[in-house]
Amino acid sequence: MDYSQFLMMPQEIGLLVVFLLVFLYDTFMPSKSHKGLPLFATIVFGLFTIYSFLPVPDGSAFGDMFESNKATWAMKNILNIGMFIVLLQSIKWTNSDFVAIRRGEFFELMLLTLFGMYLMISGRHFLVFVIGLETASLPLATLVAFEKKYYESHEAAAKYVLTAVFSSAIMLLGLSFVYGITGTLYFNEIASSVQGNKSLLLIVALAFLISGVGYKLSFVPFHLWTADVYQGAPTMVTSYLSVISKGSAAFAFFVILVQVFGAAYAPVWEWMLYAVIVITITVGNLFAIRQRNLKRFLAFSSISQAGYIMLGVIAANAEGMASMMYYILVYIFSNLAAFGVIAVIERKTGKVTTDDYNGLFKTNPWLAFVMMLAMFSLGGIPPFAGFFSKFFIFMGACSTGSVAIYVLVFIALVNTIISLYYYLLVVKAMFIRQDECVIPAFKSHWSEKAGLWICSLGIILIGIVSCIYTGISNITNSDAMSTMFSMIQQ
Amino acid sequence: MDLNLIMYLIPSLIMFGCGVYGFITRKNMIAILISLELMLNSVDINFVVFNRYLFPAQQEGMFFTLFAIAIAAAETAVAIAIIINVYRAAKNVDINQITKMKF
Repeated sequence: MDYSQFLMMPQEIGLLVVFLLVFLYDTFMPSKSHKGLPLFATIVFGLFTIYSFLPVPDGSAFGDMFESNKATWAMKNILNIGMFIVLLQSIKWTNSDFVAIRRGEFFELMLLTLFGMYLMISGRHFLVFVIGLETASLPLATLVAFEKKYYESHEAAAKYVLTAVFSSAIMLLGLSFVYGITGTLYFNEIASSVQGNKSLLLIVALAFLISGVGYKLSFVPFHLWTADVYQGAPTMVTSYLSVISKGSAAFAFFVILVQVFGAAYAPVWEWMLYAVIVITITVGNLFAIRQRNLKRFLAFSSISQAGYIMLGVIAANAEGMASMMYYILVYIFSNLAAFGVIAVIERKTGKVTTDDYNGLFKTNPWLAFVMMLAMFSLGGIPPFAGFFSKFFIFMGACSTGSVAIYVLVFIALVNTIISLYYYLLVVKAMFIRQDECVIPAFKSHWSEKAGLWICSLGIILIGIVSCIYTGISNITNSDAMSTMFSMIQQ
Repeated sequence: MDLNLIMYLIPSLIMFGCGVYGFITRKNMIAILISLELMLNSVDINFVVFNRYLFPAQQEGMFFTLFAIAIAAAETAVAIAIIINVYRAAKNVDINQITKMKF
């Protein structure tokens, strides 16, 4: 075996080194120094985040099972940034005595799920993809059950693990049909063998595959687990679930649909996705209006955001991919800011409903301000990054030029206006409404402050610093990616 | 008697259907887990049969099945651990009783 192939995966190896360092610290350091583990893990992961910005070689390894190019490199860096913010914000929570004996496990499981997501992004064989998907979702089930003394956490974990296994069984059935028809599981070989002939069984398989991945992305017919799991899980795990796990699944979904089924089946899956996007955005928005618990509210908001992310997939060209990655980057900052504020307030006071936030601006002006930035960005109000990400994703979808997609973009646009209503309800509660029992003024921990600072800077700057979108766009328009998109135009 | 492809595929699809039916109708979480195992195992049969009958020259389906079995085992372990936790917290594994969070 040619061991030099491992040089093709420097980011994966770097992540494994971080995992091993955290594991060794957890196992061999004296128990007195265990309070330092969260800080140690965050610093090591921060160094790894910087290291992984080093350019990686283009090409494939292990007989085309693993591919590394500029787009996977950029996507992994986007996920790293989000992961770093999540770890930073969870320092104080994991330092509490409540999680004392399981402190290391939290970080180890988080890093392992990130490794699974790397495999999902880079895998070009369905075996690697499935292993990555399971590595990403099984440790997350145990993380959802992390708050041992809190009953909702167990209920959420049971719901999550049962639906996750159900969805992966359905996806595996679809994969078995794909294997039966084509005789291979390599992405490029499937693509070349299905070219030109349409088989009904493969359309069934495609539907199973879309529903299997749709569970992870919480599209609407498959979204019923989302609100319960988001509410019951510890807030840090919820924020991780809502941005990072969703972002990686969206990228892998894009690659599968375009590279594997792009040539002959693009009209089939585009119409499936069309229907799914319309109901996902609409139902997510309508259900978000009536939620009073902020974590449930953000769960439905993230369902409708997943619909917007899919607008980039339905475009299925270089602009669509660039705008999807940009949308995920902006979504990471906005959603992590919102969850960061919720986590701080929940840790200090245990309050999570909208009514508890009445008059928050009077007592905690900075937290209220960050929450307002996050809500404006999620809603897409102009000077903030959320506006630009929505603008680019609509532009990407429109670049296909088909009338049906214009209608879809119009529906999405109307839904953006509906979503402003419920995002501004939170802002109204914080700034305008009054209450007798306001949340008292308190000081948050420095790590939480740092996390919220990074998120706020990201929300304000990413939209204005135009080189970020240009850079992503250059990557997806490069020659290496054009072979992937050239198939779909035939 | 010659066994052909379809004689394996029909039982495996019936198994999958039984799994889906059990997942939807059963009230006990352990029974739901058993239904899930049925679904995963029927997929394994599919892969092996497709490999044996349609593409005997290579081993890809067999290897996929080996990995799928390992993944299914890990899933069962995690799910049972979580169900035990639920039982400790609620003294119950009936899903009609585990409904604290609702719309």
